[in-house]
Amino acid sequence: MGNRTIKVETLTRVEGEGGLYIRLNGKAVDEVRLEIYEPPRLFEALLRGRPLEDAPDITARICGICPVAYQMSSVHALEAALEVTVSPEIRRLRRLLYCGEWIESHGLHLYLLHAPDFLGFDSGLEMAKQFPDEVNRGLRLKKHGNQLVDMLGGRAIHPINVCVGGFYRLPKRKEFQNMISDFEWGLNAAVETTRWVAGFEFPDFESTDCEYISLTHPDEYPMNAGVMKTSGGDSIEVCDYEQEFEERQVLHSTALHAIRKSTGRPYLLGPLARVNLNREKLSPTARKLADEVGLEPLCRNPHKAIIARGLEIVHAYEEALMILRDDQLTGKPRESYEYKTGTGMSATEAPRGTLFHRYEIDEAGKILEACIIPPTSQNQAQIEADLKEWISHVISDDEQETARKCENLVRAYDPCISCSTHFLKVNIERT
Amino acid sequence: MGKPKLGVFKFASCDGCQLSLLDAEDQLLSVAGAVDIVHFPEASSRMKSGSYDIALIEGSITTPHDAERIQQIRRDSKFLMTIGACATAGGIQALRNGADTDEFMRAVYATPEYIQVLDDSTPIAEHVKVDFELRGCPINQYQLIEVIQSLLAGRNPRTPRHSVCLDCKRRGTVCVTVAQGTACLGPVTQSGCNAICPAYNRGCYGCYGPAAQPNLVSLSTHTLKAGASSAEVSHSLQNFNVYAPAFRNESQRLTNQAKEQN
Repeated sequence: MGNRTIKVETLTRVEGEGGLYIRLNGKAVDEVRLEIYEPPRLFEALLRGRPLEDAPDITARICGICPVAYQMSSVHALEAALEVTVSPEIRRLRRLLYCGEWIESHGLHLYLLHAPDFLGFDSGLEMAKQFPDEVNRGLRLKKHGNQLVDMLGGRAIHPINVCVGGFYRLPKRKEFQNMISDFEWGLNAAVETTRWVAGFEFPDFESTDCEYISLTHPDEYPMNAGVMKTSGGDSIEVCDYEQEFEERQVLHSTALHAIRKSTGRPYLLGPLARVNLNREKLSPTARKLADEVGLEPLCRNPHKAIIARGLEIVHAYEEALMILRDDQLTGKPRESYEYKTGTGMSATEAPRGTLFHRYEIDEAGKILEACIIPPTSQNQAQIEADLKEWISHVISDDEQETARKCENLVRAYDPCISCSTHFLKVNIERT
Repeated sequence: MGKPKLGVFKFASCDGCQLSLLDAEDQLLSVAGAVDIVHFPEASSRMKSGSYDIALIEGSITTPHDAERIQQIRRDSKFLMTIGACATAGGIQALRNGADTDEFMRAVYATPEYIQVLDDSTPIAEHVKVDFELRGCPINQYQLIEVIQSLLAGRNPRTPRHSVCLDCKRRGTVCVTVAQGTACLGPVTQSGCNAICPAYNRGCYGCYGPAAQPNLVSLSTHTLKAGASSAEVSHSLQNFNVYAPAFRNESQRLTNQAKEQN
């Protein structure tokens, strides 16, 4: 067997447009590239000169699947710059909004994008013909997530109610109460979902030396506050983000790879990293379920991220229910603030992993500089490293089959290419 | 006759408008059953090349490659429909139009010469004939389903072109401009979102683009009188529909006015 290449021109069932390029020399893998050809949209540049109040509305448009994450990271970073502290009520409502996004985004990925790989279908829609009950359950969960974002945010995609300092208006008690019975059903359905996916047949594969990183918080499962922890035992303050992580060019490829400066290695963010590092902070039902389905304490099998997503859906339902049942909706919708020169940073946990924002603002409330580091661009180097390993497990003379199995692994990470694109990694052949 | 073949295509965008189709949870399986989905990479690995009876286009044209790709899709499609503000008006990324795109690229990328982009982000209709435009950032999933069902039934799709103002009246929302003095683009913005922003205590920010026959000068004059600066009013039009002619012209007029004042 001489040199050959395997190409997946269009990765499917991922958000955004990308491809896969693998060059083999005999059985050895010469090169693996996750190619992203989404056109850049230049968000960091076009934010400059805008009033800071525009940031949550504009950055939401980076991603239609996780707009809440962009809104959360942007308002927290700007509040840090303005030295504004929001009330505990606002903080809880923000977590509630994030619960909605996690349910919607994980529900979409788990049922419509990822599960078909385990059951041998081209799409969730095809799968629905043989698994109508499961797919309908998934659609209902996804709908709950959307309804929660819609209630609190004004609409499911690109919510309109989030602002620097809090919300434009607080929800009404009745709006909370209307959701409770659906969410009680949903919590059980999420538990069933997790049991269902935990019963799938998983390839025997481990990402042996991957470092998992996520926010952690002493009192809560991480969403919009905390310190970064790593599976290697390190602790990183959010304000040191750009000192700790960097993008580097590697030999024979122009793909920029996010690595930790101190180790020189790639790392992985997202649901598997969060569950690995915060299992004891999961809600009681989710924690018990993690034990019941036998998820390893430090799970290194990327295919099992689908179980982590299931557990996070359970957690999101249980936490949302707790907030919805508590009718303490008091206080003002938002904190006021005065403009001042400054820089603010924030990292929050988007469905796909830690999303970092930094803004520099002037005394008139205008954005001077913006820096946004989405999770998928950080995960890309680890995905490529895992693919290199994975190919040796799945390689055969059937190129279509090999390509399909590689695509399966890429999907397990739920890459969001639309997000990563304004921060594009371009591959150029060099001789 | 087989089922109509549906293709969903993405250009520069956030994925949110095609996601609206997957978010129509209650109708998704029935719509999916009524068409043959031959190209929808976000949802399905099954892809066939060839012709499409209905092509949904998300995103704007921003690269030389995409400018060519849309031509081929047009040739392959019977009914081509744009979904969302990017495809219909160039999107938020059209903020770079008229600015120095090279400088924008340098601000974001260490090695901008590796990436080929066009100076402007342009709507699909500047490149090919578009049979129907569905507005919004994001689009309204009910409008999308309604339009698809119209096409399947052989009817001409229609969406209302009146302004957000009328929808506030229908919802019974007290006018935020009259009652609170909040600046609002509702009088000049097309309906479609169900007038959510005023119901949440903030002014409309124009996600659905210009309504039919919008009187922008009149609205600007009112907002300026209320104390906003020309630059602020101009900025308020520079969002997701900045490149829609009515918004673009008025924001340009106000920018020039602001320059004269300085």
